[in-house]
Order: sequence, then structure tokens, then C-alpha cells
Amino acid sequence: MKRFQILEPRTVAEASRMLQEHGDAARIYAGGTELLLVLKERLLHYDYLVNIKTIPGLGGIDWDQEAGEVRIGALATHREIERSPVIAEYVPLLAEVEKKVANVRVRNVGTLAGNLCFAEPHADPGTVLLLHDARVVLETATERRELPLAEFFIDALTVALEPGEILTEIRVPRTPPGAGAAYTKFGHLERPMVGVGVLLQAREGTIIDARVAVGCAGPTPRRMPEAEEILRGAALARVEEQLAAAGEAAAAHCDAVDDLHGTAEYKRHLVQVLVGRVARQALQRIKPIA
Amino acid sequence: MATTQAAPATGAKTALDIRITVNGKEYNMQIEPQETLLEVLRNRLHLMGAKRSCDSQVCGTCTVLVDGMPVSACTYLAYEARGKEVTTIEGLMQDGRLHPVQQAFLENNGFQCGFCTPGMILAAVSLLRENPNPTDEEIKRYMRGNLCRCTGYVKIIESIKDAARRMNSGAA
Ligand SMILES: Cc1cc2nc3c(=O)[nH]c(=O)nc-3n(C[C@H](O)[C@H](O)[C@H](O)COP(=O)(O)OP(=O)(O)OC[C@H]3O[C@@H](n4cnc5c(N)ncnc54)[C@H](O)[C@@H]3O)c2cc1C
Repeated sequence: MKRFQILEPRTVAEASRMLQEHGDAARIYAGGTELLLVLKERLLHYDYLVNIKTIPGLGGIDWDQEAGEVRIGALATHREIERSPVIAEYVPLLAEVEKKVANVRVRNVGTLAGNLCFAEPHADPGTVLLLHDARVVLETATERRELPLAEFFIDALTVALEPGEILTEIRVPRTPPGAGAAYTKFGHLERPMVGVGVLLQAREGTIIDARVAVGCAGPTPRRMPEAEEILRGAALARVEEQLAAAGEAAAAHCDAVDDLHGTAEYKRHLVQVLVGRVARQALQRIKPIA
Repeated sequence: MATTQAAPATGAKTALDIRITVNGKEYNMQIEPQETLLEVLRNRLHLMGAKRSCDSQVCGTCTVLVDGMPVSACTYLAYEARGKEVTTIEGLMQDGRLHPVQQAFLENNGFQCGFCTPGMILAAVSLLRENPNPTDEEIKRYMRGNLCRCTGYVKIIESIKDAARRMNSGAA
């Protein structure tokens, strides 16, 4: 790696000012599992790495009772999330999926925030977080804003961070009580080729909420409203008959692209198949509510 | 021991003084911020068990433990190990006796060429610390980031299960 300097801010405001001051010469450095790879390949170079791990209070995973959501601090690693009792209780699918991200070494060091900010399309947690209508909190020295995760992802490797902005927390509304949620990924390389998530909620024998999200196939993970519409309102006893149509709708709208992992056509086929499979698993996990 | 190189274009001095414990021994050294832990272990401390292979955190031959947790030393800054305890394969033996996981790998033919073995053994040590009685499935999931090109996975899983038995019965 070419030489750089490591800066050690003590507050978010200080980190933001460092980023502002050095502009394109500085980059946030969290776990470094993506950033250091890019620096080693000499694809990019920064004179300054702003190590946000020296900021106290930027980590942690807590339950916000009033908001009914989980707060995941920017420094929370995949490993902390997969083993967190709070996540297991309120967003169990996230814990399940985090256990299968990368390998144990990457999970020990890599953060969820880093995963979202890098926006490498072949990633898992973004898809699960979209199912839960998660939001991200973005801060500079003077401003703080919240953005739905769906608006944070702009393109492959591109997110809505403004210069000097730091993602400080991820807010995840709890999985609705009684809902069944499932996720499956498929791939043959190190990272996933296609990831599909489905969340279904039923009341009095009817699907009252259906959420479908697809990741990896296209440039960003996305919800699939066209597939959701097909499932919402369906009778629980007959929803099975709608799964093929929902899979087709998702396949048609997932923006699949050709890449090293596979052709767009192959990915659409996988999306079609996986939507049905994952929805069946979600159905089995539904706990009907009165 | 460390050589301070010329300052970068920005004019700032970049060398860092860190204290790091490797295999129970404390070192005070001056490193460059961009030096990886693997570079420090191999080039400065001449510990050759951890190896550079894929250089992208996929293969696991550079696995070492930092405060007991496996990391890829190839993509982990030595700076991150400041104030922490690093364990490499060279540090597992105690009082002249092999660690039970090492002994189990030996007796179960858990390796062929041996290239992946230091990483395999360290990952297995960490697995068994977290989960003293892993199922085959749990072993496979935990070890999925450590690759063996001799394809000796069956023997490796048997070695880990044998190590678990040895450690649980208290006998090495
Ligand atoms: C071998 C390998 C396998 C992998 N497999 C998978 C997989 O199966 N599924 C999956 O989902 N992912 C996978 N990943 C990706 C992994 O999840 C990410 O590498 C990791 O989460 C990135 O986090 P980090 O803290 O290391 O980020 P860093 O490398 O430190 O940062 C990544 C980028 O995000 C920016 N950044 C980081 N934190 C912030 C913040 N708080 N605010 C603003 N910007 C920030 C940095 O400036 C940088 O541009 C894999 C990675 C590797 C190396």
C-alpha cells in the first residue's frame, strides 16, 4: 500500500471537519475490509484515513422502546449484530443473515455501516434492511438528517452521502409481530449473485402486508412493489397460487445485469425461483394474529 | 529495528509508535500506518506461519488471532493491533506441549501440504473457544473462510471434532 496518515477524531463533528478539510484526499476508515483491499490494489489512494473507531459512542446496538426500532451504531460489526440478543429478539432475520455474510474474519472486523456505504451490489444485509423499512442517520459537524435506506442506495458503489457526511446509525423498525420473514442467497463465487427477501404478515386468513426485496442481481438492492401487490390481500390458504406470478414480476423488475457472477437472464431466472421458495419459508414462519 | 522512511508529500511524519503483544511477548515498535499486521509478523518478527496467499481475506492462510478473534492479517493494519494480543501458530505450544488442536491435526492427518494448516488450526482454536461442542454443520460454517487446496476437508473436520473431545475431557 502507498503511504497514508491515520487521523483519530474524538467526535463525529471533528471527523466531519477532517473530511471537509482534506476533501478527496481523505476517506472514512471503519473496519477497512473493503477500503484496504482497494488501497492494496492501488485502485484508489487517500493521503488520510479518518479512523472513526476512535469516536466513543459510535458503536452499540440498542432497542428504542418508544420508536419500536432497533438502533445499530455505525461501528457495530457483522459479528456483534449476529450475536446481539436485541437483534435476535426484534429483527431475527437480520441475525440469521449476518451469520452468513462473508467469513468469520471479515465479520469480526467489517461493519454493517461500511457494508451499506461501500454499496458493493453483491451484499446481503441491505436487502433484509429494505424489507424492514430501515433508515440511516447521516451527520456532519452541523447537520443531521435521516434517510430511508431505499433512498440512500443510488447506484453500484454510489450512495447519498454528501461531502463530510458520516453514517452514524442505522434504525430498523422491529419485524411486525406475527410476521414471517425469510432470505436466501445464491452464488458460486465468494460473494452472492442473487439475494431474495420476503416478509409476510397475515390477519384473519388474509395477507395484510407483503414485502419483497431483491439484491445483488442489479446495481442496488430494491423493494419489488410489483411483486408485493400480487401477494397483498391474497387469502392465506391460496397465496401459494400467486407465488409464480410474484416471482415473475420481481424477475421482470429487478434490473438484473450481466457480470462476473452470471448473466442477467440467469439472474432473472434465479429471482423468479427464489421469490417462490423464500415466500414459502416466510409463510411457514407466520404466526397468525387475531 | 524499524526504519523510518522519508516523510510523505504532505510533509507530515507518519511513523507510529505502537506496543503490541505477540505470542505473549511485548514489543514496542515503530511502524508505518500502511503496514499490515502480516508484514509486521513476517518481515519484522520473522514469524512465518501466517502466509500471504489470496491477499483478499478469502483463503484464510494469513489467519491470526487478535485478542482471541480470528482476522485476516493480510488486510488488517498493524496499527489496529496496538495494545492488543496477537496469537500466531508459533504461539500455541505451551510448556513444550502442542495445543490440543495441533495434536489432533497431527494424529488425524488433518493436513497434507500444510500450507493452510496454521490458519486452519487458529480458526479451529477460536471456534472451540466459542463453541466447545460444534456439530459438523457448525464446523463447516465457521471454517468456510479457510480453504484447503489439497481438499482434505474431511480429515480437517475429524481433527476438529477430535480436538473438541480432547479439550472437553481435559486431556491434551
Ligand atoms: C472476502 C469477502 C467476502 C465478503 N462477502 C460478503 C457477503 O457474502 N455478503 C455481504 O453482504 N458482504 C460481504 N462482504 C462485504 C463486507 O460485508 C464488507 O467488507 C464490510 O462490511 C465493510 O465494512 P468495513 O467496516 O470494513 O468498511 P470499510 O472498508 O472501512 O469502508 C467501506 C467504505 O465505506 C465507507 N464508510 C465506512 N463506514 C462509514 C460510515 N460510518 N459513514 C460513511 N462512510 C463510511 C468508507 O469510507 C469506505 O468507502 C465481503 C467482503 C470480503 C472482503
